[in-house]
Amino acid sequence: MAEASKIPVTVLTGYLGAGKTTLLNRILSENHGKKYAVIVNEFGEIGIDNDLIIGADEEVFEMNNGCICCTVRGDLVRIMEGLMRRKGKFDAIIVETTGLADPAPVAQTFFVDEDVQKNARLDAVVTVADAKWLSERLKDAPEAKNQIAFADVIVLNKTDLVSKGELTEVEARIRGINPYAKLHRTERCKVALSDVLERGAFDLDRILDIEPDFLEVDDHDHDHDHDHHHGHDHHHHDHDHDHGHSLKHYHDEDMQSLALKTDKPLDPTKFMPWLQNLVATEGQKILRSKGILAFTGDDDRYVFQGVHMMLEGDHQRKWKNDEKRESRIVFIGRELPEQTIRAGFESCITT
Amino acid sequence: MSGFETGGEQASIVSVTDRVRAISVGAPVTSVYFLGDRAGFVGAEENVSFVNAEGEISKIEVLSGGILCATSDGKRIVMGGDNGKLVALDAKGEVTELAVDPKRRWIDNVALHPDGAVAWSIGKTAYVRSGKNEDKSFEVPSTVGGLAFAPKGLRLAIAHYNGATLWFPNMAANGEFLEWAGSHLGVTFSPDNKFLVTAMHEPALHGWRLADNRHMRMSGYPGRVKSMSWSAGGKFLATSGADMVIMWPFASKDGPMGKEPAMLAPLQARVAAVACHPKQDILACGYSDGTVLMVRLEDGAEILVRRNGTPPVVALGWNVKGTLLAFADEAGEGGILPL
Repeated sequence: MAEASKIPVTVLTGYLGAGKTTLLNRILSENHGKKYAVIVNEFGEIGIDNDLIIGADEEVFEMNNGCICCTVRGDLVRIMEGLMRRKGKFDAIIVETTGLADPAPVAQTFFVDEDVQKNARLDAVVTVADAKWLSERLKDAPEAKNQIAFADVIVLNKTDLVSKGELTEVEARIRGINPYAKLHRTERCKVALSDVLERGAFDLDRILDIEPDFLEVDDHDHDHDHDHHHGHDHHHHDHDHDHGHSLKHYHDEDMQSLALKTDKPLDPTKFMPWLQNLVATEGQKILRSKGILAFTGDDDRYVFQGVHMMLEGDHQRKWKNDEKRESRIVFIGRELPEQTIRAGFESCITT
Repeated sequence: MSGFETGGEQASIVSVTDRVRAISVGAPVTSVYFLGDRAGFVGAEENVSFVNAEGEISKIEVLSGGILCATSDGKRIVMGGDNGKLVALDAKGEVTELAVDPKRRWIDNVALHPDGAVAWSIGKTAYVRSGKNEDKSFEVPSTVGGLAFAPKGLRLAIAHYNGATLWFPNMAANGEFLEWAGSHLGVTFSPDNKFLVTAMHEPALHGWRLADNRHMRMSGYPGRVKSMSWSAGGKFLATSGADMVIMWPFASKDGPMGKEPAMLAPLQARVAAVACHPKQDILACGYSDGTVLMVRLEDGAEILVRRNGTPPVVALGWNVKGTLLAFADEAGEGGILPL
């Protein structure tokens, strides 16, 4: 089945009390003329007719395929199979996870299960975060940090409950973990549906959003030799918050992103084994990976993306004449072995 | 069966496609069961389409919603729906509501015992109704992946995460847990009651010899096994999941332990459904490209029943006497072959 005709699946995650249900109700009640099948972990909070609501148990199991971190949501496999009996009765699927859930098993289900893949495609991981409490949760709840790190879209909710300074602070915390997600500031999850649905974040053809989403004065590649907490607090009141200058620059101690770039072509016979070996050995630490690659003697752009140990990649299209042939990869993960990754990447450059 | 000839030098396969009565159900189909000489094509939602010997179709509404599971003992088709209802359809076309979940949760699995007992599951709970007794229920640690009654005695196998549980509904004792890591979906007893086989989420089968719970790993499939069928007499278990029919030998007391499976009817497409003939050593198999073949187990001789070029074949079934074969693809296009 062609990618376009597969049913898009949005994963809705967020720590307890952040506002997942508010966003869900907003999506369902808006006058969009679409029907959703919603997989929830608790019944009762959603009162919308005309949509299929299915209760799930978040049952995770380990695949016996050699990946130690390869867990999938067995209940989703079953529910997707059941939902396919009613194909044509809904346009998209939303999977709401519990507040303490790790989004990885949901995403991995879409990478490994043949039947799920045949009918549906993962559209994006949307994380709702509480502007008032997220900074605290990032300190004491590893689940909250995981959800931020994993996100393609972050809905920073309850911004009306915090001061401008607090908002800048929490955004900087988020960016310290995940500079690549689209971030939307909301009150009561008031966000345009087009900002959270139909994002195509896992679509290899749309792996273009590889640049950090926020404007930064420093190049993210070499920010590690200066003070991590060099934020310009005293500037807040006289600077427009849209400018990079006013943003604090945090470096999260255990969850980071790592961006690598080269304008020299890569050797595919070295790069592919290196990448596969990297995710096989460090896949538990790497939550997400994405890349656009220029290989020696190859006129096609190669794109890949991954979740933990799982990778998928393909030749995407010809490099355009006016396009700079450079390779860029990003990793988001915890305790990433930065020097090893940098050295490994360098060794894949064709000499 | 006079149609079987060995292939020899022939470039083309023996074909009976011209003897097939084509049927168009007009909606997605998931399985087919004969009640007498009428084939009941179970739809993906709402209806069962009965097709008689003349090829006339009559649609019967059985569930207002998706039909998640179905099975038959030849006398009735029992189905579970996404509206929380368990219903039975008999040969006369009458629908009986057997059970309704008060919370309208999905009924994921169903099984029938030759003596008329019925089992179904909702989430982690398996239910059994036998004779006039009250319904009994049993909860396993994770969602039920599949159900099967043992051929003798009232014993139910419940497949779930990390193994299967054997439950004796008429005994007070707890179930007997057969452990094996992974997610177990389909489940079946060998007709001689000696082996239990599960189809796993990963492309493999797992088996236990029930006398001593010895393990049997049956792996090597490129795809998940979704269809299993015991040959007449139970000598072989035919399975889907590869680009040929994989037949595990169960005739000896060790079952397939240490043995290679037989491989029949290789094609450039994945086997999607298998159905062994109820009396003879013949099987029918349907492929992901729409092909349907009949294969003689003894020498692998093939007869073409339906050509390729359609969605996968999902429904395949024989009548009790083995004189009619019914099949359909995912989209509901199929046929009946009289033998």
